[in-house]
This record gives sequence, structure tokens and C-alpha cells, in this order.
Amino acid sequence: MTPFIDPWWLPVIFAGLMGLSILLYVILDGYDLGVGMLTRLEKDENRDLMVASIGPFWDANETWLVLGIGLLLVAFPVAHGLILTQLYLPVALMLVALILRGVSFEFRAKAPPEHKARWDHAFFYGSLLTALCQGYMLGAYVLGFDQSFAAVLFCLLAALGLVAGYIFVGACWLIYKVEGDLQKRAVRWAEVSLWATALAMAIISIATPLLSERIFDRWFRLPEIIALLPIPIASATLFVGLAIFLRRPLRAKDELSWVPLAVAGILFALGFVGIAYSFYPYLIADRLDIWQAAASPEALSIILIGALFVLPVILGYSVLAHWIFRGKATHLSYE
Amino acid sequence: MDALDPLILARIQFAANISFHILFPTITIALGWALLGFKLAYNRTKDEAWMDAYRLWVKVFALSFAMGVVSGITMSFQFGTNWPGFMEKVGNIAGPLLAYEVLTAFFLEAVFLGIMLFGFSRVPNWVHTLATFLVAAGTTLSAFWIIVLNSWMQTPVGYEIRDGVVHATDWWAIVFNPSMPYRLTHMLIASALTVAFLIAGMSAWRWLKDGGGEGVRRTLKAAVYAAALLIPLQIFVGDLHGLNTLEHQPQKVAAMEANWETRSHVPLVLFAIPDEGARANHLEVAVPSGASLILKHEAAGVVPGLNDYAGNHPPVAPLFWGFRIMVGIGVAMLALSWFAAWTIRRRGVDAMPRWLARALVAMTFSGWVATLAGWYVTEIGRQPWLVTGVLRTADAVGPVGSAMVASSLTLYLIVYAALLTAYIAVLYRLARLGKAARQGKPMFPLPGVAEGPAEPQSEAPA
Repeated sequence: MTPFIDPWWLPVIFAGLMGLSILLYVILDGYDLGVGMLTRLEKDENRDLMVASIGPFWDANETWLVLGIGLLLVAFPVAHGLILTQLYLPVALMLVALILRGVSFEFRAKAPPEHKARWDHAFFYGSLLTALCQGYMLGAYVLGFDQSFAAVLFCLLAALGLVAGYIFVGACWLIYKVEGDLQKRAVRWAEVSLWATALAMAIISIATPLLSERIFDRWFRLPEIIALLPIPIASATLFVGLAIFLRRPLRAKDELSWVPLAVAGILFALGFVGIAYSFYPYLIADRLDIWQAAASPEALSIILIGALFVLPVILGYSVLAHWIFRGKATHLSYE
Repeated sequence: MDALDPLILARIQFAANISFHILFPTITIALGWALLGFKLAYNRTKDEAWMDAYRLWVKVFALSFAMGVVSGITMSFQFGTNWPGFMEKVGNIAGPLLAYEVLTAFFLEAVFLGIMLFGFSRVPNWVHTLATFLVAAGTTLSAFWIIVLNSWMQTPVGYEIRDGVVHATDWWAIVFNPSMPYRLTHMLIASALTVAFLIAGMSAWRWLKDGGGEGVRRTLKAAVYAAALLIPLQIFVGDLHGLNTLEHQPQKVAAMEANWETRSHVPLVLFAIPDEGARANHLEVAVPSGASLILKHEAAGVVPGLNDYAGNHPPVAPLFWGFRIMVGIGVAMLALSWFAAWTIRRRGVDAMPRWLARALVAMTFSGWVATLAGWYVTEIGRQPWLVTGVLRTADAVGPVGSAMVASSLTLYLIVYAALLTAYIAVLYRLARLGKAARQGKPMFPLPGVAEGPAEPQSEAPA
């Protein structure tokens, strides 16, 4: 079939859709993984409640990863192969971790009670290892798969940074979804992880241009630097604002308990825009841009038609699911 | 580890992943519709026994679904990590098909699964029934797209090759490629049979223990009847599928029948040890002209032999044996389900002889074995091609070294073995707890909560 829009735009649109999917994944499964890591700090009923708060959502949230990686696979097949062969080991570890995390939801509730602790371990370590691997891959990707010692250190730092970030968004999710003492503790977790996240973002933002000349040029060249400045300024403002917000006592009637989660989402989006800006139009730093990596215009058009119809529907029923399970989390039941 | 060929390792790894993965969709595809059936039967009759059945099997569904999701994600990554040549060569066709699977099926099932599992008291009953329907439709739609892609890899049409890359010319032909309708029907019925024998086997196990109550009797009966109705249909569809394969991939059929020479009056080999070195069968036991009769519907029918395809046909022994395992299980299914249906029809579930129930228990996972054997036949039967006539398997494998693949493979195998053990153990545990449904609320372990501390339903005495 003939493309119905200028073929030049197709890779741009698909890069945008892929970016959107990955951003949604990082925020949505980010809170799942963060809650998963935080389960370590609670026991018994509170732990069950934390798991219950993400129970109806995690599967759909993880599907954004499938869509993101799927779009990379189908829209930019060459890049998919190059990137994933470079990241072979962290990808394999992440997949095993995702497997453990995903099945533990079911097994911890259905296995004999004496095995529950075992599945709780699998749930915690699965969440932690997933976050570590994803952070490591992000670092490796940003530096164009450099294998030097400094680069590996940077990747490890990125791994810890993403763990902090996920714990932060997970704590914000809990502030929104639970109440009582558990909610108060979630505020404290959010405070601590907020600073850890800010620190990690700051170090990474300083280290990135030092390790990558290309990104240095991208960031500190006039006049682009003026267009770019709002990102660090907005991020810093939000960090400080949220820190002040979290120090104050919770409002009566749970007012504004959604604010930290919303701010966390915006912060993730800002960080994401920063990375995307540093890369565009390259998919692999300096080696492969989106037009070189793209599938044929015919293939992209036929996917785009489907995506234009289906994506709004997906967003619609995802919102519907969040609305059905709105309000404070309760112990889930099949009844 | 570099003694091992990275190609073989990558193939073993993909085979391990996809074999583990297919176990769970095979259950969820049909179990989704079975649940909808239970739910609709409850809506119509308001009979609690149907809801008991629903509540038990929805847990099996949830667990199987989670196993299917996580093992499926693994494969979408492995296209890139191990087989980059696949998408580089045929990405323009495989890509859109996979994209449509994610867009139309994955999100649908994932989102409505939450509502189906946990929304019972939060949404009106009709919304819950609708969610059950959408989840079942999602799993089937997912099967549709992936079978379209697999069938296109077996019998590719509707494409042209420009600059070494495959481009689509006719999407209608690609989707409805020659082997797709047969493979899809064969797989959907295989799923239904797997679930029928799973439900029958687990219900029979429960019935042998302590009778299990009305819900168990009812699911046992429904499952046995469904199996008895479906198995002849499956044998018929399987035969059509075989004839279709004979037309489009004759070398695959030749390997399944271990027939070396193209000739008439080809015997149906019941037992043999195929020897590719000598290009002959040892210890052959065969029915004269049997294969000619089955494949050409006349004793003098000419059936193509492997020697016409020397160097370009799949390995013979795995196809020969895989096919016999699948057919053997099919015949056992036919005998058992018809006898059980006849007994239950005449005397009722409770008058069933105990050996019959034990036979059903023995066949609980027979659908899995037959489905795997069938897929091994069709997938190994495509070799040495990844996409028939377009891309060789050896040309698609990535640059990752043996040691790396061997370590990831080991890791996957350990995890899969542990999970499969846990999965089967939990199925039996759920079947055992099912009885607690009769004794007041809460009936079942709550998701995310296990057995709540104050809720004494666990290990309830029968």
C-alpha cells in the first residue's frame, strides 16, 4: 500500500510513539517495581495491602514495555537487533527478574502458606533486579555501549539511580493508595527516596556530558542551551517544592494525596525528555538514526493505521480500569 | 563452552522458551471461553455450583495467564538478542503482525483481566461478564495473530524481495496464507482439548479423594462431554492440515512418515528407527499402502520421498516420533473420552468406576504433551529454513558468543523447571481447596493476600 503521509515523518512518529510507550512504562511499572521493593519494609497485612494496591494494574502496566520494545522491533528492526545483542546479559537477567516478579503475585496468594515467604522473596528480588538491570541498560545505552571502566561505573550508578527513582514513584503511589500509619510511613519513604533520586539525577546529569562529547555539544551549545534550560530549572523547582510538601503533615480527608504521584510522573517525563533531546534523531549514538533504522514506509503505514485507532481505545480502557479500582486499596478478592 | 555451536545453543534456548511459553496460552485460550460459559450458565440458572466452578478455575486462569505473560515477554526480546537476522530480513511483514497482536490483544486481555479477577464486587454483573468475554476474546485474538505469523513463515506468500529485504505486496494473502486456517483451527481445538482433559483430570482427582460436591461433578461431566465432541473434530482437522502440508511442504510430510523414496503404495510406518546416514528405516513395522491411502486416498497414490529433497529436508527422527506421540495421544483421548462420556451418560458421574477416574487423572496433562509434540513436528519440520525458501535459520542468528548463550540458557532452564513444578503443585492445591467453597465464606484464598490470618478456609476439612 502507498504511505498516506510523507514517508519522512513516519520514523519520527514511530520514535515518538515508542518514546511515549517507554515513558508510560517507566512511570506505571515504575510504581509497581517501587512498591515491590518497598514490601521488604512491611510485614503480613500491610505487605499484602501494598501488593493488593498494584494487583489489578501491574499486568497492563508491564504491557507498555511490550509495546515499547515491540515498536522498536517492528519500526526499527535493525536498531532492535543492534541494541539487544549489546545488552545481552542485562536483558536476560531482567527477563528472569520480570518472570519472578510477575508470577509471585499469583504464587504468593495461591501456594501453601508455608511457602508464602519464599514467593515474597521472589517478589522483592524480582522487582529489585528488574530495576537494577533497566538502570544499567539505560546507562549503557546513553553512553553508546562504551565498555570502559568509567562507563561501567556510570552504568552501575544509573542502576542505583533508577532503583531510587522507582522506589520514589512507588512511595508516591502508596501515599495515594493507602491510609493510616502505612501512609505516614510512605511519606517518609518518599522523602528519603526523593533526595536519593535528585542526587542520582544530578550526578548523572554532570557525568553524562563529561563522558560523552556528543552530549556535551548537544547541551552546551548556543542557542540550544536556552531551549534546554527550562528542563533542569523545572526539575529542581519540582524537587524542592515536593520536598516541602512532604514535610508538612498530611491534609485532612486525604486531600491532595495524589500530588506527589503527579509530581513524580512529571519529573520522570522531564528526565525522559532530556534524554530524548540528547539523542534525537539518533537511535544508537552517532551510528544509526531513525531513518536509517526504520522499516519500510509501507510496513510503518499499516501499523500506524492500526495504532491510530487502537491506542486511544487502550488509553481509554486503561483509565477505566484505574477508575474502577479508584480510591484506597483494599484487600483484593475474587468475590 | 565454545565447543558448542552458538546456533545450536540459540535454537535450544528459543525452543526452551517457546515450549515453556506455549503451555500456558494453550490453557488460557480455551479456559477463558470455559469461564465465560460457567459465568453465563450461572447468570441463567443462578445455580451456585456454576459459580463455584468459575471461582476455582478463574484462579487457574489467573496463574496460567501470569505464566504466559512473563514467558511471552522473554520471546519478544529474544528476537533481538538472539535472532537479529529475522527482523532485518522479514521485519516488514513480521513487524506489523506482531504490532497488531500487541495493540489489539495484549492490552485488551491485560486491562480486563484486572476487572475480571478483582472487579466482581466493584462493577455491575454485566460488566464483569463483559470483562470475562473480552479477556477470552483477547487471548484468542492473540493466538490468531501469532499463528498468522507462524503460518506465513511456513508458507510465505504475498511478498517480494527488494535489495535483499522482504516487502509486503498483498496483506490479504499474507494474513490468509495457505496453511493459516488449518493451523489456527488445529491449535484452537488443541487448546480446547487440553483444557477439557485438564478440567476432567483435576475434577476426577478431586472426585476420587472425597466426591468434591456438585461443582466438581458438573465440571467433570462438562469436560468429558466437550472432549468427546471435540476429539473426532480434531482428528478430522488434523487430517486436513496434513494434506495441506503435503501440498505446500511435502518434505515435512515425508519426514513425518519416514518415507525415503517417492513411490506409490507407500506403507504407513507404525514403528521404525529412521537412519539418515543410511537413508533407510531399521526395524520397520508398517501397514502396506497405509500412507498412500491416508495422504492420497488411494493405495496406488504417489507420495513424495525424502531423497527428492536431499540436503534440504528437516531431520527425520524428531518429526517421525513427534508425529507418532501426537497421534497416539489423540487416539487415547478418543477412546477414553468416548468411553467416559458413554458411562457418565448411562450411569451418572458418581457411578463411574474408579479405574476410569484414574485414567482421566493420568491424562490430565496429555493435551500439553500432544500440543508440544505437534509444534515440534511443525517447527522442526520447517528446518533448515526459518522462513521457508526465504531465510535460513543459520543466517538469522546473532553474534552473541556460546558462553553467553549457554549461561542465559542455563538460567532460563532452572527458572522454568522451578516454576513448572510450583505451577503444577498449586493446581492440585487449588483443586483440593475447591471443596472449601461449600462451607461458607470466604471461599478462596484471596489474591495478594494468601489466606488472611483470621480466615479459616485454608486446609478446610473435607
